[in-house]
Amino acid sequence: MLKALEGSQALARAVALCRPGVVAAYPITPQTHIVENISKLVADGEMGCELVSVESEFSAASVVLGAAAAGARAYTASSSQGIMLMSEVLYNMAGLRIPAVITCANRSVGAPLNIWNDQADSMAIRDSGCIQLYCADNQEGVDSTIQAFRIAEATELPVMVCVDGFVLTHTLEPIDLPSQTKVDRFLPEFDFARRLDPKAPKSFGTLVDPGWFTEVRHSHHRAMQKALPVIEEIDAAYEKAIGRAAGGLLKTHGPKGAKTAVLALGSVVSTLRQGLNDGLAKTPVKIIQLRCFRPFPTEALIEAVDGVDDLIVLERAFSPGLGGIVGTEVTAALAHLKKRPRIHNFAVGLGGRDVPVELLPELIAATRGTTPEPFRIFDVELDKLPAEDR
Amino acid sequence: MAKTPETAKKAPSKAASKPAKAKTAKAGDAKSGGAKGKSAAPAETPSRKVAAGVGTAPGVDAQALGGELAELRRRQPRFRGLEAGHRACQGCGEALGARLVMEAAGPDVMVANATGCLEVFTTPWPQSAWRVPWIHSLFENAAAVASGMEAALKARGHRTKVMAFGGDGSTFDIGFQALSGMLERTHNVLYVCFDNEAYMNTGIQRSSSTPHAAATTTSPAGSQRMGKRHLKKDLLQIIAAHHVPYAASASVAYAADLRRKVRRAIEIEGPTFLLLHVPCPLGWGHDGAKTIEIARLAVQTGLFPVVELERNELAGVMPIRQPRPVSDYLKLQNRFRHLFGNDHRARQEREHLQALADHNIATYHLLGEEPDPLDTEGADTVRRGGLIA
Amino acid sequence: MIEIRIHGRGGQGNVVAAYLLASAAFAEGAHCQAFPSFGAERRGAPVTAFVRIAPGPILARSQVRNPAALIVQDDSLLHIPGTAAGLLKGGGVLVNAPEDAATLSARHGLDILSLPATALALEYLGRPTPNVALLAAFLTVTGLFPLSALSKALGERFSGEVLRRNEKLVARAAEAVPEGAWANRLVLEQPTKEARRAESA
Repeated sequence: MLKALEGSQALARAVALCRPGVVAAYPITPQTHIVENISKLVADGEMGCELVSVESEFSAASVVLGAAAAGARAYTASSSQGIMLMSEVLYNMAGLRIPAVITCANRSVGAPLNIWNDQADSMAIRDSGCIQLYCADNQEGVDSTIQAFRIAEATELPVMVCVDGFVLTHTLEPIDLPSQTKVDRFLPEFDFARRLDPKAPKSFGTLVDPGWFTEVRHSHHRAMQKALPVIEEIDAAYEKAIGRAAGGLLKTHGPKGAKTAVLALGSVVSTLRQGLNDGLAKTPVKIIQLRCFRPFPTEALIEAVDGVDDLIVLERAFSPGLGGIVGTEVTAALAHLKKRPRIHNFAVGLGGRDVPVELLPELIAATRGTTPEPFRIFDVELDKLPAEDR
Repeated sequence: MAKTPETAKKAPSKAASKPAKAKTAKAGDAKSGGAKGKSAAPAETPSRKVAAGVGTAPGVDAQALGGELAELRRRQPRFRGLEAGHRACQGCGEALGARLVMEAAGPDVMVANATGCLEVFTTPWPQSAWRVPWIHSLFENAAAVASGMEAALKARGHRTKVMAFGGDGSTFDIGFQALSGMLERTHNVLYVCFDNEAYMNTGIQRSSSTPHAAATTTSPAGSQRMGKRHLKKDLLQIIAAHHVPYAASASVAYAADLRRKVRRAIEIEGPTFLLLHVPCPLGWGHDGAKTIEIARLAVQTGLFPVVELERNELAGVMPIRQPRPVSDYLKLQNRFRHLFGNDHRARQEREHLQALADHNIATYHLLGEEPDPLDTEGADTVRRGGLIA
Repeated sequence: MIEIRIHGRGGQGNVVAAYLLASAAFAEGAHCQAFPSFGAERRGAPVTAFVRIAPGPILARSQVRNPAALIVQDDSLLHIPGTAAGLLKGGGVLVNAPEDAATLSARHGLDILSLPATALALEYLGRPTPNVALLAAFLTVTGLFPLSALSKALGERFSGEVLRRNEKLVARAAEAVPEGAWANRLVLEQPTKEARRAESA
């Protein structure tokens, strides 16, 4: 049943529906409301987990790592600098192949200090070996969170669910939370085969020398690749159990035969769709929503851009000195195709800059019939800068 | 305390601790460590094992060992959570300390181990010297990982004791915040700091535990410097200031005392802390055969006070009948060699160190009037049940 | 789709006002969206929140640039440039102020209705939070939804004595403004075929 809920509140309830054994909580804007809501659910007896209120995000991730290794379903959430502080642990958790779920309420990474939304934080840890799912709205946030536990436990990989800070976490909108019975049926009890257990002692995280390290990394890579179909299967299973899918690896909106496509991640997809529905594009355009960024769904992407002449890759982060991160990866993924689209790559909406509905026609106007220009920040206002910085 | 499970009986022999062939490891011989067949880790695929970075505990194939060895090992009464055959240096105080701690802790424990020598020399993949569940994550998060493990056990209704191990680098310095958090949140964890007074795993760099005037590669002695310029951090007092039920120091030279403290700490439901002084022959520059002697001198000079604190109150000390001059301790170690030159600065620093020792003796009332059995040569010799029935 | 912007100062319950209005719309079967333009602002600093109400799912997540109406929780904000920026032609401004509407409208050149919401809140709640009184007034002058929708939204957030007092405040605030003064200014169109399709999907 739909209810008008704040994103963070809905996410907290989605986590509660998954019955985690351990939740680590540490505040950071804009994530704070999630752990606050969980804390309240625990205080009111509506959630029966061990709530560990840690002294840093670094410890939050470490607590999750230890808890999952000891056999508990474990969860934490963070943003921005918090994700950066966690990053060492996230790499470690992924390398140890420990299943757990982390929500990233996406926020820029300073300096300069900025508490608003972009995706520099989760992008910075894209090579950690964690699965990353990006959500376009809070319904997807809820559904992806519930799916994330099953994905993590099926693949023995940590899953990061990325929801845009403020834009989603602080937005109240109609959201459906599935019933506990349905979630219980969809998500079996966590039974970690490799858990720390005095009856069958194992050593985790041993020193691996050059004779084996390559092989370990290879199997991690393979595990990520093998997660691709698992993510799709679990989305299908979720649709069967709950009656709604979250978008598999990627999903497309708009006319199938469109020659122009805009690829994006997160809530900007929603705004682009509004522009599409309002008929602002004036030309057939499809929106490709990249839900799963890690592992990178190359095959699905190739299928999605079939017949597309102009592909606009839009992202809310970039790599200074290089340009677009997603754009670079999309270009690489399509490089071997005989007929590949022209790729136009822009960053937009950095540090909370509003992304208006009019973005869609502006993008189309800027790219129509032109040779792709190098990456640029689409909404930068150069006149604010001294001449030498333009 | 937990009853001894099969683990202790179905024990390995020396042969088991020899490097396992890669083939064995790939086959995922996770039954080792005394698992019962049923609960043993399933025959996972090799790739899964590799990916997991899960090492193999020492093999326990009784048949392969030969009946005789297995029988002898079975009669060995003490559970060895840390098996022999690891790769520590000769005379390593930390290895001895860890073995003693594990013997006292018994089999119903799990360990979160910080990065450091202990982690490196015990777990060269695909081998592991640990016969209890053991996890190494990072340098600075052992206390937080242990917190999570403890929370998970609580959530799952298990009572296995969680221990966290770290060296002085990971405890005094980089993991200090996580440790403080763990203590403040009163997790039921015993944290043991193996204090060898420098970053030994990276090659002897000064930590905040390095004693004043000790030379390390980042606090070398030279014409302008007499080793480390700062004092050793009084970590135990900081720990005690968290009002934990039990915080104690101990030395590998006093095994009986150490065992008693480990058992005590394990029985307490709540955060407990043990600062264990463990000489490092390589880092301190002494003969590996003198590890115990040097550890004992650290205590008997007053430089390393062996004390117990309960809720921030002094609850016990190991008395010193006849304090030895600090130079007896210093002169055996190369890290203090520069203090014995014919140089007024050297003399000054020796006097400074003597004053620090005297201060410890006065502060903790270490001067014992009565003979103490623990202070007697030989009284603390490790008497192992061993091979004699 | 109706878009409304709420201006206030930190501590005045600006976000709660937006959430309550959206929840009231939701209680009446409409789709809604409410979110703050959050800053690192402290108490007293100007803050803005946005509400969208539509017959079908709302996709746009951009800030509201062209609101059909403004709710201003602190009349001093009318002096800050940008408060009324983008207000659609014919858009009304509901202001928390002790002064009468005519004086304010003349001073600011806007179509203003006013309500002494802080005084009412102090009287009924014992706290100077004008948000609920303003919302009650807003629904009364626009006729967008019945007051029962606001009561329902309040019931999801408050209970007991606090809820009872808020309900009394709602009734009192509704009496203080001309009912239907802005009737037909904010009209929620019927769900489009497309919206229905999207909803059923």
